Amino acid sequence: MRKITLSQAVNEAIAEEMRRDETVFLMGEDVAEAGTPFKVLSGLVEEFGTGRIIDTPISEPGFVGMAVGAAMTGSRPIVDLMFGDFLFLVMDQLCNQAAKTHYMSGGKLNVPMVLRTNLGATRRSAAQHSQSLHALVAHIPGLKVALPSSAYEAKGLMKTAIRDNNPVVIFEDKLMYQDKAEVPEDEYLIEFGKANILRQGSDVTLVATSSMVQVAVKAAEILADEGISAEVIDPRTIVPLDEETILASVRKTSRAIVIDEGHQSYGITAEIASRIAEKAFYYLDAPVLRMGAMDVPVPFSPALEDLTVPTAKGVADRARAIVRGDKANAA
Amino acid sequence: MSPAKKKNSDAYLRMYRQMARIRAFEDNANQLYLSAKMPGLTHMYSGQEAVAVGICEALQTTDHITSTHRGHGHCVAKGAEFKPMFCELLGKEEGYCRGKGGSMHIADQTNGNLGANAIVGGSAGIATGAALSARQLGTDAVTVCFFGDGALGQGVLYEVMNMAALWKLPIIYACENNLYGEYTKVEEMAAGALCARAQAFGIDAFEVDGQDVLAVNKLTQDLVAKCRAGQGPFFVQLNTYRYHGHHVGDINRTYYRSKEEEADWRDNRDPITNFGAWLTQEKLVSPDELDAIRDEIAKDAKAAVDYALAAPYPAISEVDMHVYAHSA
Repeated sequence: MRKITLSQAVNEAIAEEMRRDETVFLMGEDVAEAGTPFKVLSGLVEEFGTGRIIDTPISEPGFVGMAVGAAMTGSRPIVDLMFGDFLFLVMDQLCNQAAKTHYMSGGKLNVPMVLRTNLGATRRSAAQHSQSLHALVAHIPGLKVALPSSAYEAKGLMKTAIRDNNPVVIFEDKLMYQDKAEVPEDEYLIEFGKANILRQGSDVTLVATSSMVQVAVKAAEILADEGISAEVIDPRTIVPLDEETILASVRKTSRAIVIDEGHQSYGITAEIASRIAEKAFYYLDAPVLRMGAMDVPVPFSPALEDLTVPTAKGVADRARAIVRGDKANAA
Repeated sequence: MSPAKKKNSDAYLRMYRQMARIRAFEDNANQLYLSAKMPGLTHMYSGQEAVAVGICEALQTTDHITSTHRGHGHCVAKGAEFKPMFCELLGKEEGYCRGKGGSMHIADQTNGNLGANAIVGGSAGIATGAALSARQLGTDAVTVCFFGDGALGQGVLYEVMNMAALWKLPIIYACENNLYGEYTKVEEMAAGALCARAQAFGIDAFEVDGQDVLAVNKLTQDLVAKCRAGQGPFFVQLNTYRYHGHHVGDINRTYYRSKEEEADWRDNRDPITNFGAWLTQEKLVSPDELDAIRDEIAKDAKAAVDYALAAPYPAISEVDMHVYAHSA
């Protein structure tokens, strides 16, 4: 099968959906001729024109708010938020307006919009261009949140997001834009709320999202060499969350580590770990562990930045400890 | 009466009737609050009726509006019925939003009302997006974004006015200057001329007496036609006055405005009284006919209130319904 980059996969997904549905358009900063700073959207303006690939001023609340209104009136906008960190600028439009409109109208108004943005540190971009803020929007009922972990996932989840009748926030890992994966030429969609089991195992379950999926897979390889069998699960979407697949795995392995690049405190890892503790407690042989980003603003210096994000070695170390019952290293 | 005059007369009487309906709705809503029959609180539109009616009577059902926390007047003016509105205020299942929105979130999508909004300036993006959508989809719909002078303090308004001007979107920004943002005078909060803020973007801006329904309607008809011809956007400053406090519980308010000022607007500048006097002076209608119109509306409003009070609440199974829309 052919291999394409995550960037190409996103581009293909958007182009296919824009060909299929004339009500889809895309707006954001430097999305047309520039194709975004990451060049993810290059070529789209040549095919669809500036009428459907719309460059906006640097006015994030303004154009996200406009996407909400356009979505309420028959369009299916995709908004491009250049960095996930800019979510803080658009919270009112996303959380007070987009998320609540369907409910507050008693189900009479829909907001079928996609906000595509990114997450991920270790790009030496410092504290305002490196955050992974998906937990903030996952907290708000009415929003769906997708976290693609490869080119294959990115294409299928983006196409599903565009067809969804709700506001969907999709976070791409900005360090993975050039990573290639096998992506079929034939059309496919990936259903929301269906986790992907990347690797079967019997000793410990590693639940990992987005950028941390490859970290978990590498950790599982390290552990396999030592005779420890790790199962790796990618939830794909955290809203909706495929709780059943995660719980079924933990009932089998009796141990779990949840790994996510958002800050550890009050984050995705805490949410998933608590669901495991609540619903699979009597199957557990060890405490459920969380591994998120350190609770510090992301530092610029490479010497410091690399300390803040979970690594394959770190995950393997903690998995080994809980499998061997080593309390000192597990905590 | 000539056919032309008859046509105008019908339009004028409809405007009178719509303004009287808003006043009757608000009088009843206020009584529901004062008699502790309404959950929460609400913001009265009384005094500003000529703005909503003058504008909405220049629109088609397929045109859109966005509204504010002080939104009952916009909702009525855009074509809503009393019963589902009172049901919504009381949190009943038959409300426009099945009781899930309440006073500050009434939306009536069948008449193009995209909803009230409890965030000041919160609908500026939605309104401008609706105008963008009309362009994208090739419809001739025009959007009116209602907001108060208080929203002039919100940055998002300037972001979207800039884009509307750049892209010549079919939208009218209707700034209802009722002189107070919550409990504070507009001149203490807004520097410079209000219209100048739109003019900075190259948007044509107009100032009109918001108590004069015909002036508002005539200007809006002209601007709507220009919007449909691709000459939007526009900004209108409508000078008006809210008779009540910021909300129904804001009773003791002499610390921010005098009783004499309130009496002057009520006694001398009431949009319904003054328009009624003009209609009778022009012999388009008799005082008795106007009385009969108001009596009929009062009966309708009372019947709708009684209906809403007796109507059922939503089933408890509704609490987690409509968080997400179904997707194919």
